[in-house]
Amino acid sequence: MRADASSPTLGWNLARDASQLFEYHFMINALLAGSVVAVMAGLVGWMMVLRRETFAGHTLAMMAFPGASGAALAGVPAAWGYFAFCGAGALAIGRFSGTRRRSWSERSANTGAVQALALATGFLFVSLYGGVLGDLESLLFGNLLGVSDGQLLALSGVAAVAVAALAALARPLLFASLDGEAAAARGVPVRALSIAFLALLGLAVAATSQITGVMLVFALLVTPAASAQALTTRPALSLAITVALGLVVVWLGLGISYYSVYPAGFFITVISFAIYLLARLLAAALGRRSREAGPARLASAPRGSVIS
Amino acid sequence: MMTAPQRARSGGAKPAAELHADRSPAPPEAAIDVRDASVRVGGRTILSELSLTVARGEFVALLGANGAGKSTLLKALLGLLPSAAGTLSVLGRPPGEANREIGYLPQRRAFDSSVRLRGSDIVQLGLDGDRWGVPLPVRWGRLGARARSGRAQVWRAIEMVGASAYAHRPIGELSGGEQQRLLIAQALVRRPGLLLLDEPLDSLDLPNQAAVAALVAKICREHEVAVLLVAHDVNPLLPYLDRVAYLAAGRGVEGAVEHVINGATLSELYGVPIEVLRTSDGRLVVVGQPEAPAHHHDRHLLGGGARDRHAR
Repeated sequence: MRADASSPTLGWNLARDASQLFEYHFMINALLAGSVVAVMAGLVGWMMVLRRETFAGHTLAMMAFPGASGAALAGVPAAWGYFAFCGAGALAIGRFSGTRRRSWSERSANTGAVQALALATGFLFVSLYGGVLGDLESLLFGNLLGVSDGQLLALSGVAAVAVAALAALARPLLFASLDGEAAAARGVPVRALSIAFLALLGLAVAATSQITGVMLVFALLVTPAASAQALTTRPALSLAITVALGLVVVWLGLGISYYSVYPAGFFITVISFAIYLLARLLAAALGRRSREAGPARLASAPRGSVIS
Repeated sequence: MMTAPQRARSGGAKPAAELHADRSPAPPEAAIDVRDASVRVGGRTILSELSLTVARGEFVALLGANGAGKSTLLKALLGLLPSAAGTLSVLGRPPGEANREIGYLPQRRAFDSSVRLRGSDIVQLGLDGDRWGVPLPVRWGRLGARARSGRAQVWRAIEMVGASAYAHRPIGELSGGEQQRLLIAQALVRRPGLLLLDEPLDSLDLPNQAAVAALVAKICREHEVAVLLVAHDVNPLLPYLDRVAYLAAGRGVEGAVEHVINGATLSELYGVPIEVLRTSDGRLVVVGQPEAPAHHHDRHLLGGGARDRHAR
């Protein structure tokens, strides 16, 4: 697939074409940063998709706007603003919506309110700043090709922390996500885990959006995880597929953009979407086959009860 | 409307129904011993001066109308809600301290089709879902042996509930009855001494209600697990029950079925005249309950799906 996608415009020697990718330092940094992001965003995104907190993830990505504009206003590096606002946003969403009795729709309404407030704050910062936000384009679409060694190091550190934290929380978090009441009865701190996961999500989103930009965060956060979950129900395999798809998406996107005039972010998103589409089609086909093979089953419980 | 067949097991040999006034001290082996307990939620008294005993290996149904405090009692037994007065003891310990030996099935949760995990994964969470970290993919040594024995335990629980044929399928694609069996397996997987089941029959069709009731009874007998099962409709349970406890307006009566579900006892409990009629097929029909029971079977289904889990 990789070869098919990139070979037509290139020479016949694929090994030489591939090795060209590594000739420039910025390209090596881009590939490394993209890989780090793919692994972290994939793993955190897998849990996010399972917990149905995609909208919270989206809201946290939006936090990059007040983050970047606030940082510009305060004269500090944009990354500080990203992390500060994503962290604050995670706590706000967790605080407002973490209680056990809230319904799903109420929680998403709360999350929407937090998002609106964040964008308004960002707007205020921009008008206070007075000027045009310098890296508006990189804020929105990232600058994968301009990752410095320092950024790469910081990103790797954040990713290591995020993945280690997720691994430590994984099992109780899964239990709490699927079955909060049973988990609480077994002593799992459901509410604390919910806030901890949002903080982790904020961390991953802040780090990811610096590389892929706010608009493209979901290409790496949602689609590989959603594709993998469509394809398999085995948790370990599903996680492995998520990471593999994320890596393929980043490498292919960067590889194609290297030989093209269009930006990497565009290719990463398009490939990621195409993979998601394929995964859904494949899952539908597999599902139909297994339904035809197995005995017919009702999709949900018959609700009848003659008494009452 | 409460219906009840007369073919109750010979649990009638147990002490007759009494309004928990002069009970003898509970034997030390009691799985649940509640004495004069009161539970308040948000300033409202849900249960007051309630007493209830469930012996080890006993199968007891907890009945009552909506809002009578059945789920509240289970949560108090698990230590999730504090009791305002009285004493509660679960497997000989205060609430919350024996939770690892309790299999708890919360009120009806349906996994919708977007939940992409296997039934066996859901059961596995009952075994080690409260453990931090991730299981390492190790196949040798001590860790490998532990993983193997864990998997064996999961499949034993799945076989106990008769779900082997579909435990490998995505939980969201299974029927309500199949999901319920797997959730019972999740509650069972650690071989608990006590099962607290909150409306496991709710929203199942009649054949499935009968099958799940028979399954719980079988587990109760063969594995000597005490069961306290919350139900609206005692009918599918009656062939198997040792005793019933009936809650109304925060108070309760416990005893053998025919001693509790009769006009005199229920009238005294509710404080209004209540009649218990017997149908020709031996079922009992309770008439005159103050609370209209018409929406029993709808309230947990609204909106369907897992997002309903947090709705209440």
